[in-house]
Amino acid sequence: MLTSNILKGVTRGFPLKIKADKVENVSVDYNRDFITRIIPRIEYDALRAAVNDLGLNESLPETMPEAVQQDDEFLKTMHKVLLEYEIEEGELICPETGRKFPISKGIPNMLLQETEVS
Amino acid sequence: MASKRPEHQGPPDIFYNEEEARKYSQNTHIIDVQTKLSERAIELLNLPDEESCLVLDIGCGSGLSGEVLSELGHQWVGLDISSAMLDVAQEREVEGDLVLGDIGYGMPFRAGSFDGAISISALQWLCQADKSYHNPVKRLYKFFSTLYGCLARGARAVFQFYPETPHQVDMITQQAMKAGFTGGLVVDYPNSTRAKKMFLCLFAGGQVQQLPTGLTGEEGSERVPTQARFDKERNRYKNLRGKSLKKSRTWIMEKKERSRNKGRYDINRGKEIYLLHWIRS
Repeated sequence: MLTSNILKGVTRGFPLKIKADKVENVSVDYNRDFITRIIPRIEYDALRAAVNDLGLNESLPETMPEAVQQDDEFLKTMHKVLLEYEIEEGELICPETGRKFPISKGIPNMLLQETEVS
Repeated sequence: MASKRPEHQGPPDIFYNEEEARKYSQNTHIIDVQTKLSERAIELLNLPDEESCLVLDIGCGSGLSGEVLSELGHQWVGLDISSAMLDVAQEREVEGDLVLGDIGYGMPFRAGSFDGAISISALQWLCQADKSYHNPVKRLYKFFSTLYGCLARGARAVFQFYPETPHQVDMITQQAMKAGFTGGLVVDYPNSTRAKKMFLCLFAGGQVQQLPTGLTGEEGSERVPTQARFDKERNRYKNLRGKSLKKSRTWIMEKKERSRNKGRYDINRGKEIYLLHWIRS
């Protein structure tokens, strides 16, 4: 999920819309420092949209809390959403061109055809 | 030697097929070399101490370099063009996220996403034109300019690579500078053919940074290649074929024994005669 938030089409759009056929839950050690470090770089709206699209049962507040550093519960949810959900099979869809990037075995395929490279 | 370079044998997505990928992750020598290179590259990356960072691994392959990053407590995203290599990485259950992509088409990441980037033995692949429409210079520029974008300001990118000719080094550094990077080449053990390693150390904006110095092997570190010194001694023993070392005690005893057996003269006799003379006088 973290990767999906920073992936974008090479020349085009962000965020890529996620269509998941199979989502897996992995457990990752909670690392508070990393989460606080990474949060400023996350496009929060895109993340919320992704959580909605996937129908994940996680409650992310509408806007990011003011005092992120102290809000342990929010940090834990972010950790879970960003690192513990893995999309095994599915697609990433470019919002502008509709180009689909397939995800298989958890690896998104971002390879392009020559004609798509400007 | 030049013909043995893997990048001459085919495009990376084809060369690193399943067989080659398996070989790559089971050969302990390769693993050892890759791990050492990764450790050095991460050292050059100079990430803030005790902080968990997000690092991009360019040409991550089977995730050997990523494992080093995980051990140091960093999160990473790996990009590679060979799906067979990525499958092996997935099988090994590496902790990083993997992405299949061609670095010559640019980095598919949002601006300012990473605290740093490393790349182990991958950059030389970009110097090849594997398809008729490939232009190495353009691909390098595309790669460096998009990489510059996805790094945080002041972040570093460290590439360990095997350039074939000085011309290739020029071509790579020129394109990197054109893309806005500062920095340069760090060479470890420049005087050794075997241990020599090149690291392209690039800085993405931020303050002017001092380029780290390469290792020369004189720092008294464990990395000093001692191979040559050992070789000599080993040969000395190898050529003996069961005989004792010359001038050693056993060698003298054996020689005396041989002489006695041949009945040429009694070696101990001489000493006795000398002693008799001495007593008489």
